[in-house]
Amino acid sequence: MSIVEILFWFLSILALGGAAMVVASKSPVHSILYLILTFFAISGHYILLNAQFLAIVNVIVYAGAIMVLFLFVVMLMNLNADSEPQQKNKWLLYIGGIAGGSLLLVIVAALKQTAATTQLVQMNNGDAGLIKNLGMVLFTEYVFPFEISSVLFLSAMIGAVVISKKEA
Amino acid sequence: MLLSIDSFLILEKLVLIVVVVMSSLVIAMYATYAERKVAAVMQDRRGPNRAGPSGIFQPLADGLKLFFKEEIIPDFSSKFLFILGPCLAMLTAMMTGAVIPWGNKIHFFDRDIPLQIADINIGILYVFGVVSMGVYGIMIGSWASNNKFSLMGGLRAASQIISYELAMGIALIALLMTSGTLSLKEIVEQQQAHWYSWNIIKQPLGFLIFLICAFAECNRTPFDLAEAENELIGGYHTEYSSMKLGFYLFAEYINMFLSGSVMVSLFFGGYDIPFVNDAALADNIGVNWIALIHTALFFFKAACFLFLFMWVRWTIPRFRYDQLMNLGWKILIPLALLNMLVTGAVILFQQNNWHF
Repeated sequence: MSIVEILFWFLSILALGGAAMVVASKSPVHSILYLILTFFAISGHYILLNAQFLAIVNVIVYAGAIMVLFLFVVMLMNLNADSEPQQKNKWLLYIGGIAGGSLLLVIVAALKQTAATTQLVQMNNGDAGLIKNLGMVLFTEYVFPFEISSVLFLSAMIGAVVISKKEA
Repeated sequence: MLLSIDSFLILEKLVLIVVVVMSSLVIAMYATYAERKVAAVMQDRRGPNRAGPSGIFQPLADGLKLFFKEEIIPDFSSKFLFILGPCLAMLTAMMTGAVIPWGNKIHFFDRDIPLQIADINIGILYVFGVVSMGVYGIMIGSWASNNKFSLMGGLRAASQIISYELAMGIALIALLMTSGTLSLKEIVEQQQAHWYSWNIIKQPLGFLIFLICAFAECNRTPFDLAEAENELIGGYHTEYSSMKLGFYLFAEYINMFLSGSVMVSLFFGGYDIPFVNDAALADNIGVNWIALIHTALFFFKAACFLFLFMWVRWTIPRFRYDQLMNLGWKILIPLALLNMLVTGAVILFQQNNWHF
């Protein structure tokens, strides 16, 4: 195995294990910490794909800012295993398990058909993810979707301000 | 080629990492001594003067004292997270040093060794990523203490760091527009030509905003509300003792030194010698000697920033919390936006040869 493959498997296990622990862990604070770990593993994947800008923006925005706000809310509400509603209904668990398993089956079946199975990831080549190339593409070829998404962000921001004003 | 391995490269980077980590630790150690001396001078006292000649071994004595103190982990706290908090604070404090160009290059064993651990494409954004990770050290530690004063201190620290990161980022965008690159190495090299090509001349307002935000990011006075002792006992490290407390205190000094280094690289020409043509001097006295001078000068500039941090701490009183938030959101962010717009307009006019 080359070092890239070792890194790929390590990061994949980290990401999947972290994601599983987000659901499995009892304390919400631990869940958030596992989610941060998952984000870091995904950033590692971006770096393997030579998309450095995407990797660091993922760390700054998701792991750095949004998760801090999550952590804020959970810490202030002081949620823990005692205050969480206990799930008594056994049938709900079974049905959930069956539904989730079927979804997994469908996804696996669908992915088996695609051409992606032969070439899982293109590692080590291409510099489309470097910031200069990304900026050129964003402001020439994809300028319209880029501007539309900025309008979306603006409206979300105004919406947040309006909601917080009404509540206060 | 990414990740192509060359054993000599690993060796040289390893040595560089050890040197950078060790020197930032030693500098942080003596920054604590310097802080007490500066405070003493400003308050007409002598300061530490018992351990060694004029107290020069005081940091060693402090470190020993912290190591020998009893270690207390409070009941009902999450033990793993309680220990993780200070470790994260220390780790994130040290990680910034990886992208800072400490000097140009040295020439040994027929190899040019750059005095920078990693010259990465995203350079300064990496610093931002590490800074935003620094919040977790404080937040996790404060929550794991299971103490409401600690939690309040941690929340204050986190919201302050997030708020000031915005203004810092926007102030930086203006600088990046003038330099056209994110790599710290290239930013420093662009400032080598003349003393007036330093970015502080081009971006005075951007520097001022960046400096204020750096104070806030390091949790230093006048923004040290996270540990306001008259309101919150000790802030986020109330429950900490022994070397875990030492890690938190130490991380603050490493952060100060490294934020000073970032400001030197961004605004004060990095390792550039002012009023001297560096390239000509390098031809005269050789690459290695010029690297020595460069690095010494870099550390001197960073030490000036360390002094500024201390000077402000012992001169200016603490802000109130609402004043802090008003300054961040209502003054610094609009100013930074204005700075960005003006810089962009000037660059556009310049490209258009000043035709409107």
